[in-house]
Amino acid sequence: MSALKETRPMRLKAVCLALASLMLVTVSVATPAAAQIEINVNKGDVQPLPIAIPAFGGARGADIAQVITGNLERSGLFAPIGQQAYIEKGLNVAVQPRFPDWKAINAQALVNGQVTVEGGRLRVDFRLWDIFSEQQLLGLQFTSTPENWRRVAHKISDAVYERLTGEKGYFDTRIVFVSETGGRINRTKTLAIMDQDGANPSYLTDGSYIVMSPRFSATSQEITYMTLRPEGSAIYLFNLETARRESIGQFPGMVYAPRFSPDGGRVAFSVERGGNSDIYVMNLKSRSSARLTSDPGIDTSASFSPDGTKIVFNSDRGGQPQLYIMNSDGSGVRRISYGSGRYTTPVWSPVGDFIAFTKQTGGEFHIGVMRPDGSDERLLTTSYLDESPTWAPNGRVLMFSRETPGGPPRLWTVDVTGRILRPAPYPGSGSDPAWSPLLN
Amino acid sequence: MSFSTKHALRLALVTTAALSMAACASKPKPGPGVGPGPGPGYPSQPGPGPGVGNVVPGSIQDFVVNIGDRVYFDFDQYDIRSDAGPVLDAQAQWLMRYQGVQVRIEGNADERGTREYNLALGARRANSVREYLVSRGVSPARISTVSFGKERPIDPGTSEDAYQRNRNGHTAITGGAR
Repeated sequence: MSALKETRPMRLKAVCLALASLMLVTVSVATPAAAQIEINVNKGDVQPLPIAIPAFGGARGADIAQVITGNLERSGLFAPIGQQAYIEKGLNVAVQPRFPDWKAINAQALVNGQVTVEGGRLRVDFRLWDIFSEQQLLGLQFTSTPENWRRVAHKISDAVYERLTGEKGYFDTRIVFVSETGGRINRTKTLAIMDQDGANPSYLTDGSYIVMSPRFSATSQEITYMTLRPEGSAIYLFNLETARRESIGQFPGMVYAPRFSPDGGRVAFSVERGGNSDIYVMNLKSRSSARLTSDPGIDTSASFSPDGTKIVFNSDRGGQPQLYIMNSDGSGVRRISYGSGRYTTPVWSPVGDFIAFTKQTGGEFHIGVMRPDGSDERLLTTSYLDESPTWAPNGRVLMFSRETPGGPPRLWTVDVTGRILRPAPYPGSGSDPAWSPLLN
Repeated sequence: MSFSTKHALRLALVTTAALSMAACASKPKPGPGVGPGPGPGYPSQPGPGPGVGNVVPGSIQDFVVNIGDRVYFDFDQYDIRSDAGPVLDAQAQWLMRYQGVQVRIEGNADERGTREYNLALGARRANSVREYLVSRGVSPARISTVSFGKERPIDPGTSEDAYQRNRNGHTAITGGAR
């Protein structure tokens, strides 16, 4: 986790550092017999699983264990046990742990590992143990470059999370967001990116103009975002690997709210003309655009379904902002939100089972989820101002921005049950987060 | 796969780009008319007058001080309110007198809405002001519009008064003033 202070400018760092290769080898997976321990992420009352994560042996071993501990703890599904409680010390990754020592401190799972640096390569062997059944659940080896140690720790976190919850992990990911500094009048808004745990923050724009609504492509190395200057707005594509930046073109009126299609080949966005906003989609190869809505109401905040066949969007054609779904060619529009209040910012889960949204009721804002047919609406948060939900790639966790009256926006996370709500591990002020897919 | 030379070059490229961006970073300066301006109850001048004090007729200051450069809207609405009509009538008369002046109508929203929706709402407000001025004879070629949504509040407060002030259409002179 980053120890940056809010007032200090973020450290400039190459954003593509994280791309150096990571290799994964399965060394010795135990019998695929069902684990005795498992976590059901769908239950509202799950008890966090007590887990022990002693410092790995070798260089960076303690740091790697700390990053894993932070990830698992923040998920709310794990309760890492403090190192001072450990009875067995100096574990050897090649030898079974002394299970009674770990039972004695009520650990249900144990992660141990060994770091080796050889010929400029970092190799990390780790094991996940079920303490009560005395079984090895995972035995994996990652190799990478030494500066990539944090990503190795995130990969291990993902492996442990997946093995114990049955859901894909979401730790080896990044967040692109809008960093906000200064007072409320003429606040500086800068595009920024960081690891999901707040590490390695860096700026992508210079803060001399407003940026809004960044979104990742499914390739995870390209983002789209909107810039807003007094002269007008523009939508950009930005490749994080090559730093190549290009506008998607000139339009009469304002353009905003860009979103990639799941295959990365199209961008849906809003075009405003004469005060009316409609949704368009551009084929990025041919650069041809098609207009999808032509209603006099506000149509904006389009979000594709994971299979690319449908789009959920926000419209006030019925008098108040509500959520609508249409086919991705603009046909078959139907309203899906019917509760009282104002619904905006729909975001289709990458897994497909839910649509997240912001709902405004009276003087309060909520982040909520509903099924794509509008059923099963649940409000997960309540505050003075919550907005801009974005899904972790496994569809189990949402990040959003929260403001207290008069305060700067902060990034928060909540799980899809609404039970695990906490500030994101980023100490600065930020809004409009967008969660990347899992890195490769 | 190893950390290739090609990759290292890209890395250097990104680092250089980031550094040069940082070098030219600067805080945007507040433009004219931005700041705690007259509230909704501010008495507007009925028309272009001789000006106050040293204000040069036909100047930006003349427009801001003697005419009023902002009109206000109700929550989630974009129709021109009755109290905004006289201000916009005066703006139109002033613009008809000073034909060389170009304006940009900036639509603004309060923070009690989400970012993209408010951008759309601000665009509607800017367009309402534009249409009103055009209906009073101002050439549409002299008027551009933009929406700042809720990104550029003029009042940092969180009271209903502050929200009201932040729901506005701002007529900014972009050229041709004396």
